[in-house]
Amino acid sequence: MPSPRYAKEIPQRYRLEANKCSGCGEVFFPPRLICPKCKGEKFEPTRLSEKGKIDSFTTIRVAPKQFANETPYTVAVVALDGGVRITTQVVDCKPEDIAIGKPVRLVFRKIQEEGKGGILCYGYKAVLS
Amino acid sequence: MLERSVNPACPATAVVLSGVGIIGYGAYLPRYRIKVEDIAHQWGMDPNSMKRGLMLEEKTVPALDEDTITISVAAARDAIKRAGINPQEIGAVYIGSESHPYAVKPSGTVVAEALGICPDVHVASYEFACKAGTEAMWVSHGLVKAGEVKYALAIGADTSQGAPGDALEYSASAGGAAFIMGRDKVVAEIMATYSYTTDTPDFWRREYEHYPQHGGRFTGEPAYFKHVLGAAREILKRTNLKPSDFAHAVFHMPNGRFPQQASKMLGFTKEQMETGWIVSWMGNTYSGSSPTGLAAILDIAEPGQLVLLVSFGSGAGSDGFVFKITEQIKEVQNKANKVRDLLFNNRIYIDYGMYAKFRRKIRMSSE
Repeated sequence: MPSPRYAKEIPQRYRLEANKCSGCGEVFFPPRLICPKCKGEKFEPTRLSEKGKIDSFTTIRVAPKQFANETPYTVAVVALDGGVRITTQVVDCKPEDIAIGKPVRLVFRKIQEEGKGGILCYGYKAVLS
Repeated sequence: MLERSVNPACPATAVVLSGVGIIGYGAYLPRYRIKVEDIAHQWGMDPNSMKRGLMLEEKTVPALDEDTITISVAAARDAIKRAGINPQEIGAVYIGSESHPYAVKPSGTVVAEALGICPDVHVASYEFACKAGTEAMWVSHGLVKAGEVKYALAIGADTSQGAPGDALEYSASAGGAAFIMGRDKVVAEIMATYSYTTDTPDFWRREYEHYPQHGGRFTGEPAYFKHVLGAAREILKRTNLKPSDFAHAVFHMPNGRFPQQASKMLGFTKEQMETGWIVSWMGNTYSGSSPTGLAAILDIAEPGQLVLLVSFGSGAGSDGFVFKITEQIKEVQNKANKVRDLLFNNRIYIDYGMYAKFRRKIRMSSE
């Protein structure tokens, strides 16, 4: 991930910052400029809940190069309290420990390294609660 | 060599209660563990003699996605929960570690951003082997006391390195603790600080080296014991306190044996050491060692009790702190994770092969 793009996404990746449409109340993550539901352009900042449940998941056994030493690992769709769904890795457990409906919480972890000398990218991952 | 007397000009605070102290604290330990016998078997050593000699059972191991920055964020989030403050009121973030993930880029930049403290904040990384965490605490306390900032966040965290087969490999572990210093709702007031430092080459790591080197037995008497005892004796003298005045004491824990011996030499009892002496199951978290022991003490401390903390960092130096627990401690103890829960709940045991992978001790073809 190029450094400028990573820096731009820090509020979402580090602090789960989203925006809420002032017109219809819909929450967007990542934040949007125009609400696709009511076409509103006014938003207020909000922060997503760190708690949720696993909606769906898959186990990755053949991974991209930067994640190759983490296999097998699980990527899940997590429905956070408040309704927003996010895609995230589930860590600190074996793939067989994971099931649809299991409660999780989001933690701050290293996502990837931009090669040996590049920047370190951090963000959210889920752990079973 | 001539034994030098303690320099009265050495930075130290007199025992004048300033009302400044810890207002929130938190700790974090990774879930992964390796047992001492698994490391001993790997290198053909006798597990029982290693366990007995070092007084260690197991140690924490960071996952592939954990480092000093992620440990610091986890510990600091609990500290903020306990303090119940707006993170944007924190004016300084200091992280002490000897395993900062970047050689050039302070860990605190990421941590302060993750906690929502940026941009009105002073950030710095500290290094002083295993006492970098208490250095951060020392400076944070001083800044708040001087009125420069309202709150200051001090963190000691490490993912310690130990070369394969070296004695350090049995103890070098991962974890950390965070403390917010302030004047309001103080849970542990800092009554006094004292620092004792000399040039002692007992343990070091040169630039571009993966693992530290140490002077074997030279790390004991002339290094650990000289500095820990020197700092402890002087802070007791300056505060006019004696070991029996303290409910708890915690000393840097490079292994299980050293802090027990130091406490005995100073006149502390096993009961006074029991709560903070968590090294048998945690290992040596370097900059996080004595700070995490302090967090374990704060988890159960009672109002009015006195607590002594003496850190040790090779190179070498020791920082001493005397804390007085306030009534406010009861309001915060149950607001976040407790050290013994992190230590004993949800552990995942790994073998040496997995440990070598997690600690990147295997050189991959792509590297």
